[in-house]
Amino acid sequence: MSKKKIKGLTLQFLPYSEIAKLNSIERIKKLLRIILDHKVVVLQGKLKPEEETRLIEDTMIMIGNIKGFKGVELEVISPDTSDAGFFYKMKFGLAKALTGQQNALTIIGPATIVKEMKKNPKKLEVMMR
Amino acid sequence: MVIKIWRSFTKRIFSLFFKKRKDISVGFYGPPNGGKTTLANRICKDWTGEEIGKVSKIPHETRHIQFKEEVEIKYKEKSLKFKLIDTPGIATKIDYEDFMKMKMKKKEAQKRAKEATQGIVESIKWLDDMDLVVVILDASKNPYSQVNITIVGNLVARKIPVLVVANKIDLKKADIKKIEAAFPEYDVVGISAKKGKNMNDFYESILKLAKKV
Repeated sequence: MSKKKIKGLTLQFLPYSEIAKLNSIERIKKLLRIILDHKVVVLQGKLKPEEETRLIEDTMIMIGNIKGFKGVELEVISPDTSDAGFFYKMKFGLAKALTGQQNALTIIGPATIVKEMKKNPKKLEVMMR
Repeated sequence: MVIKIWRSFTKRIFSLFFKKRKDISVGFYGPPNGGKTTLANRICKDWTGEEIGKVSKIPHETRHIQFKEEVEIKYKEKSLKFKLIDTPGIATKIDYEDFMKMKMKKKEAQKRAKEATQGIVESIKWLDDMDLVVVILDASKNPYSQVNITIVGNLVARKIPVLVVANKIDLKKADIKKIEAAFPEYDVVGISAKKGKNMNDFYESILKLAKKV
């Protein structure tokens, strides 16, 4: 194997409890603050669809206003329950309703560090620059 | 007083039964280079005789919302009149240097990147005004990208009917089954907007879905 120079990378884990009580704007602000600090966020759980679009909107506005910022790479991985039995699905649905979808993981990284994320239902590949 | 109430009541009833229904708004959404404008052009040329916008191999060619009013499609004695809204492709990153790799000069690339970011914000803002949305995906690419899931998730949250189009089925790498597997709860129609393949299936699906509006 050829030797390759690997640059440092910081993954910041964000437990769901840290954003649970925040409103949508505060959640997005918190995530973007970490991203602007050149870190990759690993969030326990996932954002609501409207929060994801808000994150994209804010990201687009920031591209024009923050020098060197080129946007984000974003992916969510969650367990596939399509083949699961009725009782598992019911248990899963109940847990989701009570606690939010905490069994998913959201990975968001600055596009200047993360080149690409490729997802298929069971695998996530993260390509760095 | 009683006369006033009676007048307003009859006016309401009258408008309920006799008001001309406004045309529905059909939005074309998806990631960049999925073929939204190519499909919009195909439909507009087929039914109105003129195209809606320019297409290009370079991503983010459409950077502003484009409309075509009163597009009327007909299929098997059924018809649908709608306002077609072609939107800029939604992405999470824009790098002007990517445009420079496609032989674009720096200033031109920077201008395109700036307009593309504004176009994405515009696309998202318009989501609330749609009655029905066609999500256009490139059938030769991985459908599991979060942008696709975010678009569909937002439409579901807003209770807007969705039709997923697997475009570019004329390409060797195209895999419509992959798109069906990624969006099992939705109707998926495989077409080639460029070659005009399976357009009847598309018209049939959109007429069927319009009943839900």
